[in-house]
Amino acid sequence: MHTFIRNPAGALPAMLSSAKDQYWGAKAKEVSAKRKKTAAVFDRRTLRDMKAGYDRWLNEVYSPWVAGAPETKERFETASGVSLKPVYTPEDIASLSQSDLALPGVYPYTRGVYPSMYRGRQWTMRMFSGFGTPEDTNKRLKLLLEHGETGLSVAFDMPTLYGVDCDSQKAHGEVGRCGVNVSSLRDMEAIFDGIPLDKVSTSMTINAPAAILTAMYAGVAKGRGIPLQSLKGTVQADMLKEFIAQKEWVYPPEAHLRIVRDMMLYCTKHMPQWNYVSISGYHIREAGSSAVQELAFTLADGFGHVELGIEAGLQVDDFAPRLSFFFNSTMDFFEEIAKFRAARRIWATVLRERYGAKKARSLLMRFHTQTSGASLTWQQPYNNVVRTALEALAAVLGGTQSLHTNSYDEAMALPTEHAVQVALRTQQIIAEETGVTSVMDPLGGSYYVEWLTDKLEEEAYRYFDRIERAGGILGAIKSGYLQREIAENAYRLSKRVESGEDAVVGVNKYTAKEEARITTLKIDFKAQRRQIERIRKVKSQRDDRKVKTLLEKLRKAYEDPKANSMYPLLDAVSAYATLGELVGVGKEIFGGWKEPVLV
Amino acid sequence: MPQRTAQEKRKIRILVAKPGLDGHDRGVLVLARAFRDAGMEVIYIGLLPTPEEVARMAVDEDVDVVALSLLNGAHMTAFPQVKRLLDKYGGKDIIVTGGGIIPDEDKPKLLKLGISGLYGPGTSLEEIITHIKGRVRKERWGE
Repeated sequence: MHTFIRNPAGALPAMLSSAKDQYWGAKAKEVSAKRKKTAAVFDRRTLRDMKAGYDRWLNEVYSPWVAGAPETKERFETASGVSLKPVYTPEDIASLSQSDLALPGVYPYTRGVYPSMYRGRQWTMRMFSGFGTPEDTNKRLKLLLEHGETGLSVAFDMPTLYGVDCDSQKAHGEVGRCGVNVSSLRDMEAIFDGIPLDKVSTSMTINAPAAILTAMYAGVAKGRGIPLQSLKGTVQADMLKEFIAQKEWVYPPEAHLRIVRDMMLYCTKHMPQWNYVSISGYHIREAGSSAVQELAFTLADGFGHVELGIEAGLQVDDFAPRLSFFFNSTMDFFEEIAKFRAARRIWATVLRERYGAKKARSLLMRFHTQTSGASLTWQQPYNNVVRTALEALAAVLGGTQSLHTNSYDEAMALPTEHAVQVALRTQQIIAEETGVTSVMDPLGGSYYVEWLTDKLEEEAYRYFDRIERAGGILGAIKSGYLQREIAENAYRLSKRVESGEDAVVGVNKYTAKEEARITTLKIDFKAQRRQIERIRKVKSQRDDRKVKTLLEKLRKAYEDPKANSMYPLLDAVSAYATLGELVGVGKEIFGGWKEPVLV
Repeated sequence: MPQRTAQEKRKIRILVAKPGLDGHDRGVLVLARAFRDAGMEVIYIGLLPTPEEVARMAVDEDVDVVALSLLNGAHMTAFPQVKRLLDKYGGKDIIVTGGGIIPDEDKPKLLKLGISGLYGPGTSLEEIITHIKGRVRKERWGE
């Protein structure tokens, strides 16, 4: 009987293990203890006076007032469940050190990764799009470029995401539905037809088959004589978050990590402007986690990738600058802003302290943000424009490097052109009309936001400690710990909406009998037919013998833990081996994956 | 299969599934728990089953209801396929409900096949549970 290769990468790092120094536990204690101290940046006497003033206010002004006019809730808390005081004062941030308050572009970058932020350059308005045939998507991408969008972002359909060819039985009915279909290099050529690959930056939301799609993008460039060094862009390729939340995998975790390792090594050498992993909290949040969980699980995922690179023999400063992040922005406005600020601080601190990064570029957490799809409702769809605007504003105040705003019709279907335009205009209005871009980190120094930033930081370290004890990020995935934590919170949130404890306008409050009808995008079976025709043509025109030889070379590379599978992959892609054929080789070697029971 | 007592027979057996290439399992996991809390016997088939596997399991497990969820736009092929296969394998009387991202214009066709519910994001758990219980009482228990 055939046995699958269990350790396709040789040894994998334990990921977050601190058996020798108890780093995470010690750090969690250190951060907690710090909150109780008063830092030297504050004048002790003034603080004491202010505290006395606050106590007086609480007893003489606030309490009598509330006694006469009760508040709307007994307990106020953030969406993550952090208890809130009625008002915050300098006392709440008395523990902030000079380092915590460091200016933008200065370690630990709480206030922003660049010294001039949006005063120098606006964030990149990057709208995720893709549907139907490669030609349909090519048209949409060109339209977005004309409308002033500055970075491309491509969404793929489910067959592509799962590495299945369009003519497979499994793909039936799913081709071109929630993204564009790619089954071979020919499709990639069509998507980027007439788009100058050396000038644009392209983000591709692809994970399990990310190495294949990277090879295809490189293949398009090669065909046009564009040097690989000039290719700018990102593939998501964050397989840890797939196992945690989005659940689009092909092989067991170890096999996917090995392929990511190969891509890290290849791109570090040959595609220096290609961000080969975008560590994604977005899906972790959409799957139902809290802001604290999104923060902690995403950073833990990031640390896992750092350890993967180090284990592969790379110097942390050679690859950490290529790691980028992807966060969610949803409705609890200030908690979201605090989350972004805390994330930057934790990343810089841990990269320097624990992983020995020295280059400033390695410490910068640069991130893309997308507003929350899960916060949108199909009831009263125009309300979604407002939700998206507020979420986008939080991302901007949180210092994002690029932003996707969702369209108001996304709880019902893929967005129409009109809805996409409103979403893009939302970003442009924030950027051009509101003036929020004039001053960096405008909420820095807010007693509440600074306190909440600290609080989320502290909670994140506690989770790192728990994740370590659950077997590191990989162990915590394989036992289902992280998935269950998220499912638990998703259920808690549903119950809160159900009971009316959390209001959702138009859903459990201010509901209307007549829903506003909107026009949604229709996708027919045309894409499936055309894609199947195309893959047949590709197969009839290519040199089958050559493809067979190259697939065999890929198999050999997969079997050897020390080989880099990117090289044979590039060759096979260029000879028009299909996505399904390439993934098939891996399946024979690595096998598939069944997740632990969650309910 | 072990015999169920009269009272247990009154427990609704429900199979929860996402028949297709779709990993968005937040909704089904929440529903599975909510159905259990509402007193149903819940079977969750796990991710990425084919319509074939869903139909076979539903018949094998002798369920009252199959609750389908898809957020990937493939409901117009996958839902009817499950229904067809249920009919084929002797599960003609098993109730089929669905939900996910389902445009209004798709609903009449699914309803005609007997696939009901068709709830989108933001639907209350109670509404879904009431709907399922209502159909079971009428169609399975003849109340």
